[in-house]
Amino acid sequence: MLEIHNLTKIYDGKVLAVDNVSFEVKKGEFLAVIGLSGSGKSTLLRCINRLIEPTSGQIMWNNIDITSASQNEMRNVRRKIGMVFQHFNLVSRSKVITNVLSGRLGYINPALSLINRFPQTDIEMALKQLDRVGIADQAYKRADELSGGQQQRVGVARAMMQEPEIILADEPVASLDPVLAHSIMQYLEKLNKEDGVTILCSLHFLDLVHEYADRAIALNQGQLMFDGPPKEIDDAKFRSIYGQEAKRVG
Amino acid sequence: MQREKSLIRSVGFGLAILFGMIIYAYGFNVTKVNFETTRSEKRLTQLSRIMRALAHPSLFVYEKEELEVIAPIYLPCPKAQIQDYKPDTSKAYLILTPNCAGPGEIITVEGYNIWPNTKGPINFLALSGVNLTIGNLQSDANGYFKAKVELPKRQPVDVAQMIRALPRRNIGNPEFSDVAKSTWDKIIETVFLALLATTFGTLLAIPVSFFAARNLMSSQKSSLTNVAFSTIGWPLGILIGLQTALTFKSFAMQLFAEDILIRSSIGSVLGIGLTWTVIQWLFPKNQTQSNLSKHKTVQLVTVTLCALMSILTIYMIANLALVLGQALIEPLGPIGFVGNFISQLGDVLIMVLPAATALLGGGTLGLAGNKLGQYISDNMSPRLIQITNICATALAGAVIGGILGNIIDWFYQLDDPQKALYLPMAIGAILGLLVSLRISYKHPIPIGYVTYYVTRTILNATRSIEPLVMVIVFVVWVGIGPFAGSLALALHTIAALAKLYSEQVESIAPGPLEAVRATGANRLQTIVYAVIPQIIPPYISFTMYRWDINVRMSTIIGFAGGGGIGFLLQQNINLLDYRAASVQMLAIAIVVATMDYISAVIRERFV
Repeated sequence: MLEIHNLTKIYDGKVLAVDNVSFEVKKGEFLAVIGLSGSGKSTLLRCINRLIEPTSGQIMWNNIDITSASQNEMRNVRRKIGMVFQHFNLVSRSKVITNVLSGRLGYINPALSLINRFPQTDIEMALKQLDRVGIADQAYKRADELSGGQQQRVGVARAMMQEPEIILADEPVASLDPVLAHSIMQYLEKLNKEDGVTILCSLHFLDLVHEYADRAIALNQGQLMFDGPPKEIDDAKFRSIYGQEAKRVG
Repeated sequence: MQREKSLIRSVGFGLAILFGMIIYAYGFNVTKVNFETTRSEKRLTQLSRIMRALAHPSLFVYEKEELEVIAPIYLPCPKAQIQDYKPDTSKAYLILTPNCAGPGEIITVEGYNIWPNTKGPINFLALSGVNLTIGNLQSDANGYFKAKVELPKRQPVDVAQMIRALPRRNIGNPEFSDVAKSTWDKIIETVFLALLATTFGTLLAIPVSFFAARNLMSSQKSSLTNVAFSTIGWPLGILIGLQTALTFKSFAMQLFAEDILIRSSIGSVLGIGLTWTVIQWLFPKNQTQSNLSKHKTVQLVTVTLCALMSILTIYMIANLALVLGQALIEPLGPIGFVGNFISQLGDVLIMVLPAATALLGGGTLGLAGNKLGQYISDNMSPRLIQITNICATALAGAVIGGILGNIIDWFYQLDDPQKALYLPMAIGAILGLLVSLRISYKHPIPIGYVTYYVTRTILNATRSIEPLVMVIVFVVWVGIGPFAGSLALALHTIAALAKLYSEQVESIAPGPLEAVRATGANRLQTIVYAVIPQIIPPYISFTMYRWDINVRMSTIIGFAGGGGIGFLLQQNINLLDYRAASVQMLAIAIVVATMDYISAVIRERFV
């Protein structure tokens, strides 16, 4: 469903972040993206929904060429691509429910949304999603009153409001402790298995990759170094991804 | 080596000190520093007089009663024997020693049984009826006073004239003086002047601040074709919008030539009802993109009709408000100003509507131009795009040139279409042509940056002119008074706040912006859901700060004719009435301190 051909991103004509990367993602897959910090994982994910404009290459999604889509088409594309961020990216002064409802902005009538009017069905859906991630009782609190783990669950609920076909998760657990990390990963797994949402998730820890991902791709300095099942990452592959001096932990 | 370096350094240091001294010496010279004047006795007495006057603000007045005590005086001493003066010593009386003297001589006036501890003037009552104050009395606790007075130099008269003592005392409770009353009126005017200026300034500064925020504008880029077409679209739309509004205005005027109240009420109700129905039909609540595009032409036509209808409806409502407000002034009695307010709102609406319609028209056609440009660059061959680009950019250049030429013509009255119109248009067209040849048709133009810099430049230029200077222009336009003052303050508030606001927008966290954009939200939705929640606290804080500045500014804007208390203050200073000026200074101090306190409390509560 998602095909990436020769994707390249060069920042300001100088810094090469993603270098001629091609891969495919099948429907319903849980794909992990691994690599060191600065290896281009975030850039790669953001090129897919064009939060960052790729320099060259092509991204095909359900036979739509994302790279050449117009603004109106992008609106329709983006609302089907959910996104979860490392730092949650919630609007901290807004209520939790408003943050979750903002996932519907690509669907509802823009004029009404400007005065903060959401259809009743959307509000019910938001409460359902919050219930699903176990924080329905926090719906009317301010987002910054929640703990880190709770905030990331709001982030997941917001992505789910888009009724996405795919979720791009940019190191969703990197700022959480190991216990919370597993709980968030389990929510993503549930969405993947129960709702059939394709998941593209960048991760730091290999044990998480082994536990949750069907397939992994690895980036090193913007280049694709590996593409295959996580168990195929042996020591040689590991060094090519993380460098010669790297040691395996966890 | 080391020593040489340190020598050079010390010489340099010495020279720097010398240079600094020369600068300050010159500064003393230009600012005419002269400490001798501060010690001169004459100036010191003047200073103490003013300081004492300032310390006695004429806030209260008492009703006074006077006691008239008179005694005869001969000026000069007559040749005949003077009759002895035998006052009734059971009442208040005066003793003059001597009781005759030449003009300009000094005599002693003593008073007995006067009201104790009172003050008052001592007068010379001439035979001609002229009344001269020649001294002052101050009685002691026993009702006695003694004063030396100089007799006036007048024509000699044979008969006795009179010396009169007029001790005065307060009766009843103190009352506010006229000065205090007028100061109260003016300070209220001042506070509301600041309120209106801050409110309207803030309302307009908020949208402007988004255009002056680098992080919002930097991502806005479009191709040359888009820019050229929207550059042509904007002025065209403005013209069309303005014409439409003016046509509707005259139509509304004709319609409401008679029975204005009934007709405009019916019109307003009908208009609101119809517009509402159409909007409901156009935007059903749960509507998605797909059913929007189904009947796009129909929709376009209805939207246009709807817009035209709303313009007419707003005219009707404005007319209704104008008439209704006027009619309400009488029956409302003491709160008749509410009627005036409604009527003024109607008037403002009538005044602003053509401008708003023009902007709307400009925006619509500009956007349409942008869409057309996008369509062309998406669907045409590069060669065709290139040709379109050259034509469109040249035309856009000509349009800009023509507009600039017209502006120059307005200021400098060239009165020569050759210079004012054709020449700038030709130059613009040539420049546009050059631009289109230089820039590749695919190259994105950072139109956001252009907007950012233009907005910033205008804001900085406006901000650098003090409201005290701006008010001069507004006084010429709307006349001396608080209205001119509030306009000047509002304009300065827009410029200053928009800059402060935009810097707050620039410093918001980018994460939420990214997240909301990723959901498919459009530009406006992103602002409403990701930007505005983040900027509310600093906006409130800056608005309070500006409200503070405006209150202080409004106290002196009257110096330049902008109404408020400054007018009174300046008047009293010019009349050398320092006790009255002192009342106004006191009022200013109280208001500024109170506002300071209130704004601190509000800031604490919200931020």
